Amino acid sequence: MKSLRFVRIVLPALVAGVAFFAAWEGFVRWRKIKRYILPKPSEVANAFWDNFSLIRKSAMVTGGNALTGLIIGTIIGGLIAVATNRFRVVSEIVGPLEVAARTIPIVVIVAILNGMFALDTETARRIMVTIAVFFIVYVNVTRGLRQHDATKAELMDSYAASPRKVMLKVRIPLAMPFFFTAIRIAAPVAVVTAFVAEYFGGRQNGLGYRITSAFSASREPQGWAAVFGAALLGLIFFIAGSLLEYVALPWQRHRATR
Amino acid sequence: MTAVEIRSLSKIFNADGANRVEALVDVNLDVAAGEFISLIGPSGCGKSTLLRLVGDLLTPTSGELTVNGKSAHQARMDQDYGMAFQQAGLFEWRNVQKNIELPLELKGWDKSKRAARAQEMLELVKLPEFARHMPWQLSGGMQQRIAIARALAAHPRLLLMDEPFGALDEMTREHMQDELLRICAETATTVVFVTHSIPEAVYLSDRVVVMSPRPGRITKIVETGLGKVRNEETRRSDTFHHRVIDVREALRGMHDEDARLVGREDR
Repeated sequence: MKSLRFVRIVLPALVAGVAFFAAWEGFVRWRKIKRYILPKPSEVANAFWDNFSLIRKSAMVTGGNALTGLIIGTIIGGLIAVATNRFRVVSEIVGPLEVAARTIPIVVIVAILNGMFALDTETARRIMVTIAVFFIVYVNVTRGLRQHDATKAELMDSYAASPRKVMLKVRIPLAMPFFFTAIRIAAPVAVVTAFVAEYFGGRQNGLGYRITSAFSASREPQGWAAVFGAALLGLIFFIAGSLLEYVALPWQRHRATR
Repeated sequence: MTAVEIRSLSKIFNADGANRVEALVDVNLDVAAGEFISLIGPSGCGKSTLLRLVGDLLTPTSGELTVNGKSAHQARMDQDYGMAFQQAGLFEWRNVQKNIELPLELKGWDKSKRAARAQEMLELVKLPEFARHMPWQLSGGMQQRIAIARALAAHPRLLLMDEPFGALDEMTREHMQDELLRICAETATTVVFVTHSIPEAVYLSDRVVVMSPRPGRITKIVETGLGKVRNEETRRSDTFHHRVIDVREALRGMHDEDARLVGREDR
């Protein structure tokens, strides 16, 4: 059964991928397309292996920024969501914040942050990622904390449980699926934000910089290789986020519970 | 001794609003310690409201209510009663043992004492080997038994149950009824039990309280007189059948009354 599932799910994707690269390679060779328009996948692969240590080093910088921002943004977003819910200060604030998070291209704030912090540090980029992640986590956890379970609520009431206990023992656990969904959504966003932040100046050490510099120096295969590295980085973050969600919430996989 | 004392209790929702609902009007009832009482009646008769007033989950509009000789509020603060609902309401992220320990945690018991009590409760509901299981690994009947174990974990003298077997199939349901009677006999617990099922009410109870809606009130109290021991024999006995008929007629009586009211309006 397991191997059958593997064949059904993985094989089509594998075949499609191989076919895609083969068609690409064939098309470029057949039409004799210039390298600066579209390089052959084989050239990109070679460039990727040849520059692997540089790509990896740059990816560590960008990935490090993404991870730092992801962690800090998640912590702050989660804590503020709990505080807002617990103390009922301004829960109406969430509405506008949600709209803001969805509509304003907040990445551009990095241009302002670059003016505030020394350009030879990663601080501005990390703050940028933190802000992007914060919004996602805050909005989702706030929604999660508003989940209502009538039976559990009455039960806690019957125990004369304090609001703090209700928060700790019911509301926060009930919000956990939202929290981990937020991390899964925020993880790739953190990577994208870390990349884009590099385009607004600062140190020239990240993968985003490698991409721009390779293309401006007409080293297209290297540029494409760096883009491939960026895609891998995003994928790693996405998979890590999804795995975290899967491992942390075993009961979510068994919704049949009454 | 009286476990619950209810004197001219009323509960009116939206007292000043347009959709004013007289959920309960002038209810009087005494529940003796160790007694098993069922509240039965059609939807809207206020049986769940009455249960929640006893549990201090709702505040009465007027009237007197004492639980174990104290105000309902004080009784709730002291965790004098346990509660079980139609939904087992187990915490999905806690294993069975931790679920049963929940009320004890809130009382501030230390870990070893909690674990010992949880094990004792698991033995009471005959699921001793399931301490480490997660709720989703249990059947509906087993989940409900854990919910009862949780409700009784702090050894309350009173158990309030709101259609706890309503979501179970008939076979499981009858089995659970016997289990509940055994558990209550072993622990000398007083029970107030809300149900829709006439046979269930008669089989379990010392007295069946028949209620009617608009406004919610007690219309009749049927003493079952089935004695202490109840089993398959009881379900087949004449007394059981007669009491079922008594309760059914009490319930039908209010339907006739409704029909008359409707007829009058028609004219």
